[in-house]
Amino acid sequence: MPTTLIIKNGRVIDPAAGRDEVADLTIADGRIAAIGQSPAAGGAEVIDAAGQIVCPGLIDMHVHLREPGNEDAETIASGCAAAVAGGYTSIACMPNTTPAVDNEAMIEFVYRQAARAGLCHVYPIGAITKGREGKELAEMGQMIRAGAVAFSDDGRGVANAAVMMRAMQYARMFGKPLIEHCEDPHLAEGGCMNAGLTATRLGLPGIPAVAEETMIQRDLLLAQNTGCRYHVAHVSTAGGVELIREGKKRGVSVTTEVCPHHLLLTDECVATYDTNYKVNPPLRTAGDVQACLAGVADGTIDCLVSDHAPHGREDKETDFPNAPFGIIGLEVALGLFVRALIQPGHLTWPALLAKMTIAPARVLGLSKGTLSVGADADVTIIDPDRRWQVGTASFFSRSHNCPYEGWELVARPTCTIVGGRVCFRDGRIFPRTDSPA
Amino acid sequence: MSTTGPPLRDARRLVAAAGGTVRESMIWPHRHLLTLEDLTAEEITFILDTAEAFADVSTRSVKKVPALRGRVVVNLFFEDSTRTRTSFTLAAQRLSADVIDFTAKTSSLSKGETLRDTVRNIEAMGVDIIVCRHSASGATHLVARNVQCCVINAGDGRHEHPTQGLLDIYTMRQAKGRIEGLKVAIVGDVANSRVARSNLHGLRKLGADVTLVGPTTLVPRAFEQMGARVCHDFDAVIDQFDVINMLRVQRERIASNVFPSLEEYSRLFGLTNDRVRRTKPDVLIMHPGPINRGVEVSADVADGQTSAILRQVTNGLAVRMAVMFLCNQAAAGAEPH
Repeated sequence: MPTTLIIKNGRVIDPAAGRDEVADLTIADGRIAAIGQSPAAGGAEVIDAAGQIVCPGLIDMHVHLREPGNEDAETIASGCAAAVAGGYTSIACMPNTTPAVDNEAMIEFVYRQAARAGLCHVYPIGAITKGREGKELAEMGQMIRAGAVAFSDDGRGVANAAVMMRAMQYARMFGKPLIEHCEDPHLAEGGCMNAGLTATRLGLPGIPAVAEETMIQRDLLLAQNTGCRYHVAHVSTAGGVELIREGKKRGVSVTTEVCPHHLLLTDECVATYDTNYKVNPPLRTAGDVQACLAGVADGTIDCLVSDHAPHGREDKETDFPNAPFGIIGLEVALGLFVRALIQPGHLTWPALLAKMTIAPARVLGLSKGTLSVGADADVTIIDPDRRWQVGTASFFSRSHNCPYEGWELVARPTCTIVGGRVCFRDGRIFPRTDSPA
Repeated sequence: MSTTGPPLRDARRLVAAAGGTVRESMIWPHRHLLTLEDLTAEEITFILDTAEAFADVSTRSVKKVPALRGRVVVNLFFEDSTRTRTSFTLAAQRLSADVIDFTAKTSSLSKGETLRDTVRNIEAMGVDIIVCRHSASGATHLVARNVQCCVINAGDGRHEHPTQGLLDIYTMRQAKGRIEGLKVAIVGDVANSRVARSNLHGLRKLGADVTLVGPTTLVPRAFEQMGARVCHDFDAVIDQFDVINMLRVQRERIASNVFPSLEEYSRLFGLTNDRVRRTKPDVLIMHPGPINRGVEVSADVADGQTSAILRQVTNGLAVRMAVMFLCNQAAAGAEPH
């Protein structure tokens, strides 16, 4: 394995450095060695990226890997394969496994499994409360020592305001963000899709927008009061985006993220009762989609994430109310974001890539997301004009639960490099062969 | 292939023989009946006309015709329901079909078999029609996606109960001679009612004026976008209606705080003797059953002259015979020769 890799002729976009120009990128010993005219090849591997974009490795800060507990749906290894196939060099995974990742040993387990997989970086997010039950604080300090990058009870919100306030006060001393799945469980109770005309027509119990909005509003006040860094997971409502916009103006330390399905699909898609459209937060109205797009365009929404949520066929293939919530997305997210944001002109490529590189890196406090000299050589090469059709049968993920089958997308990652090593190229995965057993 | 006797081989001739008018080119195209929302006004009318032709069968001393002889009908009921299941069973038997009951408690579902596997296994035994009731909205869509035989929705969650909607409309047409322009009220727990939704779709397509009456917590504004008027003051509008269809109210709803007590519900929205005095003299009172006497309707009203409740039950048989006959025709027509 050559220690020098030269990527030539690509359009190097590094939003953190404000760079957008055709240049060569030289990688040596797992780090960025030079940007600009490259030295003569001399034994180095050369990748010709003419016509392609060369950017910092993409970072997805909201992914569900089902290990431990539901390995049939996804393992850490298969999730990493899906990630690098989607152009990601780093992913942060949520703790709603069985058992939950709410202690030091579980954090270490995730790191160990990721190392065995030998593909992308995996950063575990620890639970806020023990067992994600929303009652007692989890051992945040010890989890941070083991390498947790943030805390969340994702899958649920912390329903009790006093518990959340205590958690925010406690977390503040570590400087790591609390990520909240904003959903008041009482307002959402029993719901399986967005409350509204379609739910009424279909006779399905609804999750009202206020279930998300009331929790965002509450948490912004608590975050302001405690000074804790706060991040709203997968915002989906117009009201929620507006609250976050106002919170930022007031100086609250708040960031947020959005998923591709909340930029492209509405609750009307549920009309066929296809459980591939069942997700939490649910698909909302066209007005909410417009508000989320506007939120991305004006910077209210900082990061773009997949909320990759795998479920096996046997779990999803049941009646709508009983099916689990979740849509996978690691392997299609980039193409979907291009369709939602670049093609209609809401964002340029540098602005889009910023929300998938430096922005999530900053939220999680990672020294990633940039191509400056000396930085880790996590690089993604994207063909921005590649037309392709989504075929879930060829996914690296163990699961196939998404509504995008047959979609024609534009833009696809062609090469994913982690620490200077090619992990994914031309549709094939290359794990490290020197991984621990 | 079909084994129907000469007078019943063709629904069109059937309807014409019963004195109905029928478009010569109408061939029933749907092997399933899952919703009324997906049918056209013409199709709904055709089912009602076919039902009229079958109504006569129930008055004979030998209450059978051979239309579905040799066919197998399975009642696949995941929710308890004696009356609907009995109605479908009798309807199928009157068409000379063989009927099998499959109830959830005694079934393999309690052993963890999925809905999809259950219906495919049943179909593999060679059944022609599955009549399915399930507590999840959309479950019958799932069933229909997984089998080739006919699927008739006997109620999916809160979504639709198409044969109930049809028999309700049939009863209204029978009493009033028309549906177009008829002023109909549907009163009660509309939000959770598949009967209300099916009624609303069918009545709107045939041109009726529908008002939904009930507490704000059970009759949300969204229904206005489905073509209904929404009203929370029964007394203010009660004298406007030609038909009042009362829905059943469940005590269990109190726990979800949609109304505080049955007494309060009954005072505000029950069809008490007092309220009945203020209705139109020839108003038709209906209820899908079973009735909570003293809650939705007073005993006097339930047993009174204006009540069509028992007629609904009788009409249910004819409607279900028509539906099974037509769906079977569509499936038979699609079979290769």
